[in-house]
This record gives sequence, C-alpha cells and structure tokens, in this order.
Amino acid sequence: MSVDTKIAFDQDYVRSFSEKRQEPEWLTQLRLMALEKSTNLPMPKPDKTKIDKFNFTSFKHDVPTEGISSLDELPEDIKDLVAKDQQSGNLLVHRNSTPVFSQLSDELKDKGVIFTDIQTAVQNHSELVEKYFMKDVVKVDEHRLTALHTALLNGGTFLYVPRNVDVDVPVQALYWQEDPEAGLFNHVIIVAEDNSSVTYVENYLSYSHDVESVANIIAEVHVGQNARVTFGSVDNFAKGVTTYVNRRANVARDGNIDWALAQMNDGNTVSTNSTNLVGDGSTADSKTVTIGRGNQKQNFTNEIFHHGKNSEGVLLVHGVQKDSASAIFNGVTKIEHGATKSNGDQTQRVLMMNEKARGDANPILLIDEDDVMAGHAASVGKVDPLQLFYLQSRGISRKEAERLIIHGFLAPVINELPIEGVKNRAIEVTERKVN
Amino acid sequence: MAASTLKIENLHVSIEGKEIIKGLDLEINGGEIHAVMGPNGTGKSTLASAIMGHPKYQITEGKVFLDDEDVLEMEVDERAKAGLFLAMQYPSEVSGVTNADFLRTSINARREEGDEISLMKFIKKLDSKMADLDMGEEFAQRYLNEGFSGGEKKRNEILQLMMLEPKIAVLDEIDSGLDIDALKVVSKGVNAMRNEEFGCLIITHYQRLLNYITPDKVHVMMQGRIVKSGGAELAQRLEAEGYDWIKEELGIKDETVGQEA
Repeated sequence: MSVDTKIAFDQDYVRSFSEKRQEPEWLTQLRLMALEKSTNLPMPKPDKTKIDKFNFTSFKHDVPTEGISSLDELPEDIKDLVAKDQQSGNLLVHRNSTPVFSQLSDELKDKGVIFTDIQTAVQNHSELVEKYFMKDVVKVDEHRLTALHTALLNGGTFLYVPRNVDVDVPVQALYWQEDPEAGLFNHVIIVAEDNSSVTYVENYLSYSHDVESVANIIAEVHVGQNARVTFGSVDNFAKGVTTYVNRRANVARDGNIDWALAQMNDGNTVSTNSTNLVGDGSTADSKTVTIGRGNQKQNFTNEIFHHGKNSEGVLLVHGVQKDSASAIFNGVTKIEHGATKSNGDQTQRVLMMNEKARGDANPILLIDEDDVMAGHAASVGKVDPLQLFYLQSRGISRKEAERLIIHGFLAPVINELPIEGVKNRAIEVTERKVN
Repeated sequence: MAASTLKIENLHVSIEGKEIIKGLDLEINGGEIHAVMGPNGTGKSTLASAIMGHPKYQITEGKVFLDDEDVLEMEVDERAKAGLFLAMQYPSEVSGVTNADFLRTSINARREEGDEISLMKFIKKLDSKMADLDMGEEFAQRYLNEGFSGGEKKRNEILQLMMLEPKIAVLDEIDSGLDIDALKVVSKGVNAMRNEEFGCLIITHYQRLLNYITPDKVHVMMQGRIVKSGGAELAQRLEAEGYDWIKEELGIKDETVGQEA
C-alpha cells in the first residue's frame, strides 16, 4: 500500500460515523469490511492516465451543516440549477453531503415511488437498499476507491420506481458542496422495476478552487424488464476536487437506459460510465461532453457490454481540451459470445484548442460473437486555423471565434441531451468554461 | 459616412518563404468596382487573402491602408471591423454553428455592447437578403457552410457581404464553379451593394462575371504584379483575345509567379 492513499479513518471512526447516522447493522458491517479491504486493494488503473499523483486523501469527511427551511435560502447560483418546473416538484438538495431539502409529489408517493437521501433510505427502507447497494452492479472490492467509497459513504440518493409506474416529470438531485474542503462519498441507487420509466437529473457543484478535496461517486442503476431510465448529469466540481465517478447500469430484457452526461469538472477526474446490456433486446445510448481546461488531467472510460441477444448500444463522446489540459477517452464496446444480432456503435471526437492541450481517443471493440454489427469512429485534432480566420474575417474576435467553434463542436451531443434542463445547464457551464 | 479608400503600396507577400506577390500597387476608392484578372498562378488569390490577414501568408514589404488606418497592423477581426470584407474562394465549414447565429454574432461584433441588433430587425434583414439571393429559409438554421454545395457556399458569402455592409469588399473568385443562374444571382447581390460609398475588388479569371457586374477598372496580374490596367473595355478585349497579347506586349514568356520577364 502506498503512503499516498493512506487514510486517516480507522475502524472506530467508521463505526461511530455509522452509529451517528443510525444505520442498520448490515451497513455498519459492510463499511467496516470495506475499510479493511481498502488497505489491500490496488488503486484503479485507468488506461493511459497515471493517477498516483492525484489527491484521494485530503478532504474533510464529516462537515457540520445547517439545514434550510425553504429553497429561497439557497444562493442564486444553486437556485439557478433547480429546474423551473421543479420548484414544486421532485427535488433533493444536499449541502456538504447532508440532505437539507427533500420534496416528492404526493401523486408519486401514492404510486409507491421512493425518492429520498441515502441516509433516510437505509433507515426507512433498509432491506430494499441492502438488496441493491454495492451488490450486482458495482462491487465493494473492485479496487481501493470502490472499497473506500463504501466505507466512507456520506451522501447520496435512493430512487425506487415500482413496477408499471411511469414517472413523467424528471426528478432532480442537487449536490452542493458549499464547504471547499468537504469530501463527497456519494452513492446513487436507481431502481426502475419492470415496465416503469423515470428520468433522473443530478448536478454537482463545488467551490474548492484553492484547497483540495475529493469526490468519490458511484451511481448504480437497475433497469428492469422493459423499463426506461434516462440519467442526466452536469458535473461541475471546482479545480481543487479530485473526482472518481463511476456510473453504471444493468439493463434487463427490453429495458433501455439513456445517459446524458455533461462532465464539466475543473479538477482531475477519473470517470467510468458503463452499461451492462444483460437482457435480450436491451438498449443503451450514452452521450458525454466535456471541456478540459487549466492543468487538469482527466480519464474517461465509456463502455457498453453486450450480453443479451439483439442488444443495441451507442456511445457518443465529444471532448474539448483547452490550455494545458489533458484527457484520455477510452471507448469500449464489448459483445460477449452468444449476444447474437447485437449492434454496438461508438464515436469519439476530441478537439484541442492549442499546442499544449492533449487529448487521446482509444476506441476498443471486443467482439466474441460473429453474428453482430459493430462500428466505431474516432478523431482527434487541433482547432482549424482556417476556421478561425474565416470567423475572424467577419469581425468576430479570436476568443469569440473559439467560443463558437467549441459550442459548435459540442452541439451535436448537447443538442441531443434528452432533458431540456440538463441541456440548458450544460450550455451555461460550457459558456463559463470557455470564457 | 464618406467613401473610403483602400490603398496598397509596393506589397510583397510570401508563403513558406516563397515570394508570390512582388511589389503590387492598387488603390480602390469607395464607389468603384475594380476587377483583377489574370491566368491561374499569378498571385490573385494571394492578394485577396493577404489583405484580410490570412495566417499562411507573410507580408514582407509594403503598406496597406484603409483611409488612414494601417491595415497590416491589425488583427483579422479588426480589419473586418474597420470595414474590410473578403468573400472567400473556399469558405470554411463550421459545424454546430448556425448561419443565423454566425451572422448575428458578426453584426454584433461591430456594434457596441448594449447596442446589439434587435432580433426582429436582424431576422427581417436576413429574410430579405436571402430572398434576394434565392436562398431557402432553411439556410438560416443550417450549420455554417456545412454540406453546402459549391454554389451555395458562394451565395452564402454574398449573403454575408450584404448583411455586413463593409466599406471595401474583396471577392475572391466568387464566380468559380457557378452555373449561369447562380452567377446571375450572385451578380445581382453584388450590384445591389453598389453605391457611392461601397468599394469592391473582384478577383476572377473568367471575364464572364464581368458581363453581369460592370467594373470601373480592370487590372491584369502576372508574375505577382499588376502589369496592365484599364477600363471595362480591357476585360472585353481579354475575353476576345486572351492574355497572349499582353504577354507579347510586355515580353513575358511565362506569366506565373516565380518566372521573370
């Protein structure tokens, strides 16, 4: 075990943290087991990015936080993130990982929908959470960060949609890291039972420009038979935050998941977005946009695993790299033996705005079945000086020309983001990152 | 607004160390339409690009002034804001940026903050200019030049010209690749710009365009210089007799750049 990732959290700390949160025994035990394992497990090894210098240890784990009595108390920038149609709708607000606002319409409650923070969920729906938490989708012992995530879990959301229930307005979770040093070990569980549908939108926002912190996020999505889940995110952690984020779904027969991820962090980031198309006829559509700037280093792995017959997966990633930022984009399409008639397609495009920016796309197709379709396209290139000349020749400044080109480059993905709110937020954040 | 003057003096332009333009003088006043003609490879398009500040070309000597402003000291966008315009031979495609957004950004770039063109006014003007150029409404929302045919790109250049209303415009082979109907439409657009203040430099190697846009002055370029100037009748003679008589008259064997008399 390297000294770098030694954590100052021991069994006593974790046990008392769990007790303080009045957690069921199974979770306390799971935390302790995970903490134990974390000391021996290796760090994840994202392809082609060295993360040994990333900060995964410097953060505050338990930050005392005051509640709010109404949304009006939120600062303007946070209020802006709340979709207008959400103000009387389905919303969870976390402040430094502590839930401070929670609302779910009576109609959805009556239908049996659960939308609550993870702490409340383990108290009120212990068995249900236990059934899904770090079991089938993401495992505790995948590597040190999944184990630490389990041991130090301090926030998150539980969304449960019963069989045959359609949730036709999006539900939104807002993770507001007000304290710049607050570490976030956030766990999202979405369970969409058979024949149900739901759209979940999450926003992460922090301010740690000068001090260091850590975000360790795992989202597990269970898509039942013929269920449909749309998962939208706008990640916007500040420069000081090192982020490990792993969003993964298992999709049952004829189920569908659409991912729409605007990954606009300003700090070092290791991101995985995976879909297991387990059932026959299951489908996935994964779209990601990102802008790297400053000195940030990022690694994105977007992957779809085809197990079921006739499964279809489409990956689309567009990344812009500015300044001295560097990023690796790994696209993985894996079609397992027996997944006949499956169709996997991926596109990765990387645009570099100057000489120091780095971007690399690695399309990986792993096909263990003959009777399938699979395709990929990847391009990595610098901004075209003739495009800049053309735009500038109409009086547009260099900066504005770059802005137009970046917006244009991201538009094919952003315009396809299925949720208007996520789209608008993504455009706003893009605007901030470009200027 | 008084008419402007673009004054080019002893201009030398190189690309990758090779001199293409070798001491060129030209003066274009507002209200005048000039045509620069000449066979391929004589430096015509280099002249157009160099005036606008194309990144590939180095100006090694000479001066370009727009009224009393030193054009060569300006960034590309400053040249545009000072009143220059270049309709390009090969306009870039910019994916994800609509024609309308691009045009509005361009117009607003030359206006003060807080004095941006109103959306209504913009749309009205855009609709009317697009109608003049027989462009379908869908062109406003299509991505800038993306997937446009050669002719559509040329029309789009003229649309930008009409929307931006520069003082002096350089049209670089705006006629190449156009069928006769498109040529008429493009010419109509340029003629609609004609007034006492608008100056224009048309670069072409086909006299055909000048049947529709009558120039005030015609210049012939060879070996990176203007070797002969005259009125509209010069273009007609070139159409009838070709360039050989000029070469003979001046003792030029090979008119292209890199050859000496």
